[in-house]
Amino acid sequence: MGKINWKDKLITAGFWLSGLVIIAILAGIIGYVMIKGISSISLDFILQPPSKAGRAGGISTTIVSTLYLTLMSLLIAVPIGVGSSIYLEEYASSRSKFARLVNLTSETLAGIPSIIFGLFGFVFFVIFLGMGWSILSGSLTMAIMILPTITRTAQEAILTVSHEYRENSLALGASKWQTIRKVILPSALPGIVTGIILSIGRTVGETAAIILTAGSSLGMPISPADPARTMSVHLYILAMEGISTERAFGTAFLIVVLIIIINYLANLSLQKLTQAMR
Amino acid sequence: MDNSIKMRSVDLEVFYQDFQALHGINLEVKENHVTALIGPSGCGKSTYLRTLNRLNELIEGTSIKGQVYLDDISIYEKDVDVVGLRKRVGMVFQKPSVFPMSIYENVAYGPRIHGIKKKNQLDEIVEKSLRAANLWNEMGNRLNSPAARMSGGQQQRLVIARVLAVDPEVILMDEPASALDPISTSKLEELIGELKKNYTIVIVTHNMQQAARVSDFTGFFLNGYLIEFNRTSELFVNPANKKTEDYITGRFG
Repeated sequence: MGKINWKDKLITAGFWLSGLVIIAILAGIIGYVMIKGISSISLDFILQPPSKAGRAGGISTTIVSTLYLTLMSLLIAVPIGVGSSIYLEEYASSRSKFARLVNLTSETLAGIPSIIFGLFGFVFFVIFLGMGWSILSGSLTMAIMILPTITRTAQEAILTVSHEYRENSLALGASKWQTIRKVILPSALPGIVTGIILSIGRTVGETAAIILTAGSSLGMPISPADPARTMSVHLYILAMEGISTERAFGTAFLIVVLIIIINYLANLSLQKLTQAMR
Repeated sequence: MDNSIKMRSVDLEVFYQDFQALHGINLEVKENHVTALIGPSGCGKSTYLRTLNRLNELIEGTSIKGQVYLDDISIYEKDVDVVGLRKRVGMVFQKPSVFPMSIYENVAYGPRIHGIKKKNQLDEIVEKSLRAANLWNEMGNRLNSPAARMSGGQQQRLVIARVLAVDPEVILMDEPASALDPISTSKLEELIGELKKNYTIVIVTHNMQQAARVSDFTGFFLNGYLIEFNRTSELFVNPANKKTEDYITGRFG
């Protein structure tokens, strides 16, 4: 008995330690970024446009570019992703060849490195379609990149909605679409929002694909045809070209804050949406 | 009480791919009576129940031969509107499955999808349905709380209220008490007795005592065949078929 207890304790301690490592890594990174970055944070840093290639001024245009590009990517990817997941889970027969092809495609897309999406976006949107380096080219590229994530998570979420909800709703005389809209989607919404949050993280954090498709202009983007530099791209260039490590950390700090704010807002809107749909 | 026939099936056969689940079922369901379907697991009684509101069509690869009539309408004809059929033939399932909404919204769900929008009209339907399901006294002042917080027995009565809210003529029940405790079960059985004044009820049950208690007619299914159908009082006391006798005396099943 004593032996088994020791083994158990050792294993428990091991799991506890691995949990501790995760917390330590996260706290370490965020703490380091905060300590190094906080000195360059000021209201001017947030509200002023950059000058002298980022050596002076703030990063306001990159914040706007980041939000602009992320929002546009979601506007393109969410309807298509959620729509195809509804088709795959609710309408397609399990033996449909088309459904299997869509599944296979989205799985494959999910595994492709971002730089390849960037290269494709550059050749197709920027050059072939003549959109140039722009918010639009960048958003379309990012939309393609996050589409598999949104589709897969929405599929999972719809799949886990109890089959009994469907039967009960249909047995009350509801049509398929009424059942989907009033019972299935509200229940699947938390899962769908999780996919959207993951996608936001990917878009905000992406650099390579965005440099290739949206460019790295420091101007304020107004129309979707304008080029833009997102915060991550700005961070990359500041650090890579040795412009200012301090400001790179300042930008990193704001990226972390932005992601936290976006996640918070997403969860808040999820609650409101769930209430409204019910 | 009139003895007119509400639903009947004629030479009904059901196939899942190559497997034949039902063989030539001829059965009549009398209006304002409770008809119980009994038999061991896999005998086809639930399959039969689901042919009555065409819910079996949800399973891929199901095909049907023969006819099912609701009054004079053959419900498997091409021009029959399934939504309209399911509005007239409601269904209560084995596991009480309340939607993740408030009690009020659960009951209002059906009327809403059938186009009733006025608040006072919905209020009236919700109250009437909850009263008919013996739930108004317990839940009338908690209409806005989440339905999932109720007990299993209350949830099953809420599901019945939800069915009543679309004003059906026939209510199908698929082992409605199998997930309930004895007290909830007896409340449910009491409710079934009250409901048959206004509705026609077909109930599938595993529990023979339950069939004997609540039903007026009983059909015994075995291996996809309807072995015997008779007045409940007759079938349980004086079964005509040896297999029926073996089953109700507990020799198998």
